[in-house]
Amino acid sequence: MKIIFKQRKYKIAIVTSLALLLSTTVFAQTDEQKGLDISARSDRSDRGFGDSQVNLKMILRNAAGKESTRTLVLKTLEVPDENEGDKSIIVFDSPADISGTAILSHAKILDADDQWLYLPALKRIKRISSVNKSGPFVGSEFAFEDLTASELNKYKYMFIGIDTCGTLKCNKVERYPQYQYSGYTRQVAWIDTDIYQIRKIEFYERRGDLLKTLSISGYKKYTGNIWRAQHFVMKNHQTGKSTELIYSDYKFKTGLKDNDFQKSDLRSAR
Amino acid sequence: MKYIFKFIAIFVIAFPTVTHADKEKLSGYAAIESRVFTSDAQFSNQFNGVQSSLILQPEFSSQTVNGMEKFSFIPFARLDNRDTNRSHADLREAYWLHSDEQWELLVGVNRVFWGVAESNHLVDIINQTDQVDSVNGEEKLGQPMVNITTEQEWGRLSFFIMPLFRERTYPSEEGRLRSDAIVAKEVVYESRDEQRHVDLTLRYSHYIGEWDFGVYYFKGTGREPRFTSNGNQLTAQYDQIEQIGTDVQFTNGAWLWKFEGINRLQNNYRFNAVVGGFEYTLYQIANSAADLGLLLEYMHDSRDKNSAKAPPVEANDDFFLGARLALNDTSDSEMLMGVIIDRNDHSTVISLEAKRRLNSHWKLELESRWFNNTKENTLLSQLKEDSFIALRVARYF
Repeated sequence: MKIIFKQRKYKIAIVTSLALLLSTTVFAQTDEQKGLDISARSDRSDRGFGDSQVNLKMILRNAAGKESTRTLVLKTLEVPDENEGDKSIIVFDSPADISGTAILSHAKILDADDQWLYLPALKRIKRISSVNKSGPFVGSEFAFEDLTASELNKYKYMFIGIDTCGTLKCNKVERYPQYQYSGYTRQVAWIDTDIYQIRKIEFYERRGDLLKTLSISGYKKYTGNIWRAQHFVMKNHQTGKSTELIYSDYKFKTGLKDNDFQKSDLRSAR
Repeated sequence: MKYIFKFIAIFVIAFPTVTHADKEKLSGYAAIESRVFTSDAQFSNQFNGVQSSLILQPEFSSQTVNGMEKFSFIPFARLDNRDTNRSHADLREAYWLHSDEQWELLVGVNRVFWGVAESNHLVDIINQTDQVDSVNGEEKLGQPMVNITTEQEWGRLSFFIMPLFRERTYPSEEGRLRSDAIVAKEVVYESRDEQRHVDLTLRYSHYIGEWDFGVYYFKGTGREPRFTSNGNQLTAQYDQIEQIGTDVQFTNGAWLWKFEGINRLQNNYRFNAVVGGFEYTLYQIANSAADLGLLLEYMHDSRDKNSAKAPPVEANDDFFLGARLALNDTSDSEMLMGVIIDRNDHSTVISLEAKRRLNSHWKLELESRWFNNTKENTLLSQLKEDSFIALRVARYF
């Protein structure tokens, strides 16, 4: 008995250590699944908006606090298929010298987007290369990839814990960009446990260092259960520069169609 | 001038009918430009030194809330202190556009650009070049037209009826960047209808995946004149032409592959011309925010050098090498440098264009062109003393 007991004890020890080993891997899977589930819930909470139109003010600040401002209109057409990106047109209103300049994007999930640029002074529509989404967008701290909708399948996910975010409780989820030419190795997103919206994102650049932090606030609920934030601040930790985005006059289901997101529409987009 | 007043009159009459329009916008710019010629003039009566201009281009547009009706009105004026022909006014745009889901109808004056290449705008044919405004061939005179377009799943089909021809602008006797002989005010047309010959164009364009392409047929008065010598003057002769043109771009990652080609029948004589090449972009060079684009294009033109047969052309067997630097800073600083090398006589034209925003309203632009090794090139040798640096300060509103 003693021996058996000992043996059993030994067995139990092996089993428990095995179980422990297993559990860590099992938990690891769960963390990935959990990260995906949280992100999916967050992403899907704004599905079904159809199309939207919003005014956007961008305030760029350098390290010394010197400001410059851009205003633009962003029109988006939701493409329901999760394996395809949305279509959007950005039209600049100011500064005055780029007024009427417009960019059309047919977003892809893992490939380069189809993108066209309209230059009103020459009345020229140019197909442009879009492999590089990580460069600064109109001199701001936002890269094009930070601005386009955070489509679910653009990342792989991992739940890494619970943290406070302001007065709320947040899930911390790490996201790993799947796009080959992304400027980031990983991002950490704070998604609140109340309405499942992103409150903060840290961006880690290719070398692995923290590059930027994005803070998102002013969430408002629109008809159809659509949540939209009004205020974004991107702070670059390496240069001390920051960019603030203020969204206003959100309009949904304005009747925009696929036809309004063709390249010739860039000319009359203003 | 008469022509401009006529259009302004039509607009003043037509405008009250759209005063219920809901989105109105007044924008545009005013600029001061100074052009410095580094050498003394080659020909008699040309000025030396600095040439200065005042430029005004207000832009008024108005559209209904649903976007179906749109008016655009863009007059342009330049006042030059050295060249009387360079002081000129034009209507760049003055049109009414009606568009619904699949159809567009535009009536009035408009500018239309076609093409993909940087060194030579070969297929671009709707508008006449405003040569006195800039030698880069990118400034165009407004073209009166009726334009009907349909946008379908299978592409865009656009038909142009152009009832009034615009003559190319040339420097006056005191002006720089001209040939020895001055281009006379009186011109000759092949068509009996002269300036009122109705020109027609049909263009189809579309894109499939990474390919963007267009093809058109043009029949009417050719925009490029031939010249006949008339004492110490040149007479511009505008022939009737038929032209087929195509432009293609293949966008593959950081590579843009470009091609333009034309086949033209002019003066009972048929010829081809092509321009093709690539632009490759290096992103965020040396860990900065700047992008550097490298350009290489080749131009070929099979037309006869005899001016009795075809209009003169510079880019007949030439390479273009260029670099585009975009700093991606808050001032949108940008620079395009390039050199066109003639493979036969080894003449070169070096160009530099740079721009930078000074603040939310002011912008600074620089343009420079250098003509080198031109002695065996009959066209460029006329410009051998005309290398210049131009600086422009513009106030946008």
